Amino acid sequence: MKEILEILEKDARTAPEEIAKMLKKSVAAVRSAIKKYEKEGVIVKYKTIINTDILKDDTQKVRALIEVKVAPQRGHGFDHIAERIYRFPEVKSCYLLSGSYDLLLVVEGRDIQEVSSFVSERLATIDNVNSTVTHFILKRYKADGDILKRIERSNRIAISF
Amino acid sequence: MMEISKCVQKMKPSGIREFFDLVMGMKDVISLGVGEPDFVTPWNICESAIFSLEKGYTSYTSNKGLYDLRLAISRYLKNKFSLSYNPDQNILVTTGVSEAVDLALRAILNKGDKILIPDPSYVSYDPISELAGGKVILVKTTEADDFKLTPNLLKKYVSKDLKAIVINYPANPTGVSYTRKELLALSKIFVDNDLIVISDEIYDELTYDFSHTPLATLPGMKQRTIYLNGFSKAFAMTGWRVGYACGPEEIISAMTKIHQYTMLCAPIMGQLGAIEALRGSSGSVLEMKREYKRRREFIVSKLNEIGLSCRMPEGTFYVFASIKNTGMSSAEFAKDLLYKEKVAVVPGTAFGEQGAGYIRIAYASSMDNLKEAMARIEHFLK
Repeated sequence: MKEILEILEKDARTAPEEIAKMLKKSVAAVRSAIKKYEKEGVIVKYKTIINTDILKDDTQKVRALIEVKVAPQRGHGFDHIAERIYRFPEVKSCYLLSGSYDLLLVVEGRDIQEVSSFVSERLATIDNVNSTVTHFILKRYKADGDILKRIERSNRIAISF
Repeated sequence: MMEISKCVQKMKPSGIREFFDLVMGMKDVISLGVGEPDFVTPWNICESAIFSLEKGYTSYTSNKGLYDLRLAISRYLKNKFSLSYNPDQNILVTTGVSEAVDLALRAILNKGDKILIPDPSYVSYDPISELAGGKVILVKTTEADDFKLTPNLLKKYVSKDLKAIVINYPANPTGVSYTRKELLALSKIFVDNDLIVISDEIYDELTYDFSHTPLATLPGMKQRTIYLNGFSKAFAMTGWRVGYACGPEEIISAMTKIHQYTMLCAPIMGQLGAIEALRGSSGSVLEMKREYKRRREFIVSKLNEIGLSCRMPEGTFYVFASIKNTGMSSAEFAKDLLYKEKVAVVPGTAFGEQGAGYIRIAYASSMDNLKEAMARIEHFLK
C-alpha cells in the first residue's frame, strides 16, 4: 500500500475513490490505510506549496539558511539542543548534518531585521550554541522537488496516431 | 497540369482529415487523442544533448548511425532480452520507427507481394505497404478475440504466396500485447509459412502485466524478423526522431541502401540524446511506467463504470473502448464529444474498418486531465 503515499505525495487532493481505482483496491481499504498512516505519523499533514514570489505584497517574508555549531550534551547528543532551537516558530526547518557545522536551520521573518534579531538575541545566546553563520535566501528556484517557475513547453498536437 | 502519382492518389489521407482539422481549430480541448507521452524527455537526456551541441556535434553521422549508439543498442538488447545483434552488421539507426517501417517494407516487397496487416492497426503500415508495391491483406481482428492475432485466425489468411506480416505489440490502438506462450504459437505459423516478420515493438517498455518477449528471441524467428524499436515512447523522446531496426545482415544492408539516399542519417542531436537515454534513464522510464499503470487502472475502471466497455489493455497508453451501445458511429461519437464536451478522442475507424464501434483513448495525459475528461464523457453519455 506504499503506492498510496507516492500518489498523495504528488497530489494530496487525490480522493480515496480515485486512488482505489488506480491501485485496484477497495475504497474502504484505501481509506483505512490512509487513516493508519495518519495515526502512525507517516503522513504528517497535508499542505499547499505556495510561491510567495508571485504575490509581491507586504506579506512577503524573508528566509535565511543558518549554520549552527553547537556543543553536544552528554546523554542527549544533539537532540536536546536541537529541540531548544526548533521549537521557535521562526525556525521552519531544522536538520542535523555531518561536516563542518552541526545544525542547519531555515529561519523565516518579516524582514532582514527580524531574522537578524532572532539570530543574535534568541539563537546565539542559547547555551551550547558556539557560533552561527547566516545566509539570506535571495531566490527560490525549486523546493521539495517542485520547480516554482512555470516551465514553458511546446503544446503537443491535439491528435496524433 | 501536374499529375500526382496514381499510387499516392489512391492513398487515404492519414486517419480522418476533417476531424483532425476540427480538433486543431478548437480551443480549451482536453485531448486524449495524442499518440505520445505527456512527460517531457528526462533532463539527463536533454542536458547531455545540449552539451554536445555546445561542443559542436552538428554534423552528419555514418549512414547506419553513430557507432556508439549502435553499440549501446546492441548491449541494451543483449542485457535485457539476451538478444544479440552485431552493431556493424545488424543494426540501423533510423529517423524514428516510422522511417524504419518504410525502409523495411520497401526492402522486402516486390510488386504484388502479399503482406498481412492486422486490422485495426497503426495508420502507416497499410498505405506504406501499398506504396512499396505490396498487396495488403487485412487480418480482421475482433473484440471476441481481444483484438489479438491468434493461430486460428492467421490460418485463414496464410497462403503459399504470402511473403510477410507486420505485427505490432503492445499494439496501437488497442493496447493489446502477447505473452511468450501466445507468441510461440504465432511464431510456429510464421516459421511454417516462411514469412518475413516486421515486428514493431516500440511500446515494449510499456507492458504492465508480464515481461515483454521480442519475437526475434523465439526459435526460428531471428533470421526472419525485422525488429523495430525506438526511443519515442519509453523515453518520451517523440520529437527527437530516433528509432532503430535490427535484423539479418542482408536485410539491414538493403534498408541502409534506401536510407542513405532518402535520409542519409538520423539527426545527430537525437542520436546523442539516445545514447544518454540508454546509459542512464532506466529510473525515469520505470517512474513513467508506474504512473501510466495507475492511469490505466483508473481509466479502464472509470470507462466501464460509465458504460463504455473496454478490456484491460496489457500495454501502451491506449484504451480501445466500445461505443456500440450509444448507437453512434465512431466518427459521430468523436465529433459530438468534441463539440459538446471539448474532449478529443480518435475514432476507431482511423485504424481500419474493424475499429468501427470503438474509440481510442490515450491516457498519456495528467491525472487531473483524465479525471476531468472522464467527468465530461460521463456527462455526455447522460
